[in-house]
Amino acid sequence: MHIVIKLFGVPLSCPITNSMNIWFSCFLFIIVTPAHIVRLYDRFEALDKEKTGHLRPQDFGAINRLAMNPIGDRIIGAFFSPGQETVDFHSFVRILAHFRPADKKHPKDPSMPEPVNSRTSKLKFAFQLYDQDKDGKISRAELLQVLRSMLEMQVTEEQLESIADRTIQEADLDNDDAISFEEFRKSLEKVNIDHKMSIRFLR
Amino acid sequence: MTDLCEGGMDDLWSITTLLLQVWFSVMIGLIMIPAMFGLSLGVTSVYIQILVKILEVTAGRLIQREGGSMEQEMGELRRYRTQSISRGEFALSDSFYFYRKGLESIVDDQVTQRFSSEELVSWNLLTRTNHNFHYISLRLTIIWGLGVIIRYCVLFPLRITLAIIGISWLVIGTTLVGFLPNRRVKNWLSELVHLMCYRICARGLSATIQYHNKNNKPQKGGICVANHTSPIDIVILANDGCYAMVGQSHSGLMGVIQRSMVRSCPHVWFERSEMRDRHAVTSRLRAHVAAKRNLPILIFPEGTCINNTSVMMFKKGSFEIGGTIYPVAIKYDPRFGDAFWNSAKYNMVSYLLRMMTSWAIVVNVWYLPPMTRQEGEDATKFANRVKSAIAHQGGLLDMAWDGSLKRDKVKEEFKEHQQKMYSSMVVGTKARNSQEPHTESTKS
Repeated sequence: MHIVIKLFGVPLSCPITNSMNIWFSCFLFIIVTPAHIVRLYDRFEALDKEKTGHLRPQDFGAINRLAMNPIGDRIIGAFFSPGQETVDFHSFVRILAHFRPADKKHPKDPSMPEPVNSRTSKLKFAFQLYDQDKDGKISRAELLQVLRSMLEMQVTEEQLESIADRTIQEADLDNDDAISFEEFRKSLEKVNIDHKMSIRFLR
Repeated sequence: MTDLCEGGMDDLWSITTLLLQVWFSVMIGLIMIPAMFGLSLGVTSVYIQILVKILEVTAGRLIQREGGSMEQEMGELRRYRTQSISRGEFALSDSFYFYRKGLESIVDDQVTQRFSSEELVSWNLLTRTNHNFHYISLRLTIIWGLGVIIRYCVLFPLRITLAIIGISWLVIGTTLVGFLPNRRVKNWLSELVHLMCYRICARGLSATIQYHNKNNKPQKGGICVANHTSPIDIVILANDGCYAMVGQSHSGLMGVIQRSMVRSCPHVWFERSEMRDRHAVTSRLRAHVAAKRNLPILIFPEGTCINNTSVMMFKKGSFEIGGTIYPVAIKYDPRFGDAFWNSAKYNMVSYLLRMMTSWAIVVNVWYLPPMTRQEGEDATKFANRVKSAIAHQGGLLDMAWDGSLKRDKVKEEFKEHQQKMYSSMVVGTKARNSQEPHTESTKS
């Protein structure tokens, strides 16, 4: 998106940039727009090769970097609710919004629902990527599945199993041989989730 | 009363003429003449050093850039664990690295990224590089304001004057040389004229160019290939040697420049209709190269401007001509100004205006050893070989994606590579640990 301004009679085309505050917009005659949404929409359209207005799993699969990500399939799966085969732009943005850096300026309002990019929501999102059957617990089998995707042919089955056992041992506090969301949260309490599960340019 | 006014006007006029005289003598004495002879008064390097200091002190690290290798990121993720990282093992947070990378690739692909400008780690006080700006502090705004005044009111007029002088000198000088009949004197003079003009233009952009490996400089009768970031690449390369340019013949000012350049030494300008016919293009270039006395041709095989973080596929046409290829890698320092010409966003004039109002242009140019096509190597493979050499030298990404490669196979290889890297972090040191079981039990 451009606006054309005439500087000393020379037409210059300027891109509309994001998040410039009022000072600079007055100074530089540029309108403030939520350009990140525009950018994501451009991306959505670029991925939607058949121009249907929806994305299907194949459209995600066409992204090279995602295809070579060991858990790429799970990430694609996170966009599609159970039973759905397409995702529209609204849901696309909602899922990506999990990875927005947290808004530190405004204090948390307890009466409002949990924002989608808070620490808890991010952890829930990560938890769901492990917990594929959505029973609220990461079972040993589910953990093994993730490990298998990330390590594939580089380690033996016994090594995988011993890693899974060790992990559950460490995190499982109520000895039910599975990791619940609370145990998951507790074992990651020192990790800077906001930094590690955020994409800067989605601010 | 009117006498006083007139007297005042006269004074104003004389002051103005005096200022103009001072201005021009400074220009000619301090900038143009040393530039013409390739000398440097050292002013630009001092300026660059001061600039770097100021940027470090004021702007600091405003924008966090993502990235770091897998090891770095995993190490950071695992820092909270009480056991040492060298023990390996899996952590629940390990997957966050992959999630983030996956989401990043959904939002922005590397393929599309190279067509937009590089994002800086810290802001260099130019609004145009400010992608994630939030109002930070009054002090920074004041410094930014000062920067704007300096750039637009002091540097910009200086640079425009130099650029105009440089280009007019090119046109006039080459036309004059064109009248000479004698071969050797003519060549020598035309080289001199070209060099002087490009040096003035480079000063006009406050360009600091560092040439490496000058012994590999392109020779006559060869072909010079380089990665393409902006039209300024030509000025950068031509500062250190004379090349025969290849391109489309334009009308208007560019056309005048092109026609006068051809008068003094042979360049290769194509009409628009000729460009479509690949055979005509190749044969003309081949004829030029075959005449060993001709200057080396300068070609940018990417075909379009790329943002200087990676090297795109080379078009194989340039590599079918034959002759020796002299690869050159050009890397701009993004701290001082974004040299990338996004031709979709800006036209040539606004691009040049942006260039002239940047802080400076700092470039590194590496001359690579000459390459020739080997027996049984086809043009595409040769092109890829040259591309890898250039990317490796310039510290740029060698983009491997190409329509002809088997997509699935490449994906599997890269996926395995990631898995290998990750597994070495998780399991790699296990062999060491298994030899010391007693220390394990005491630790746990």
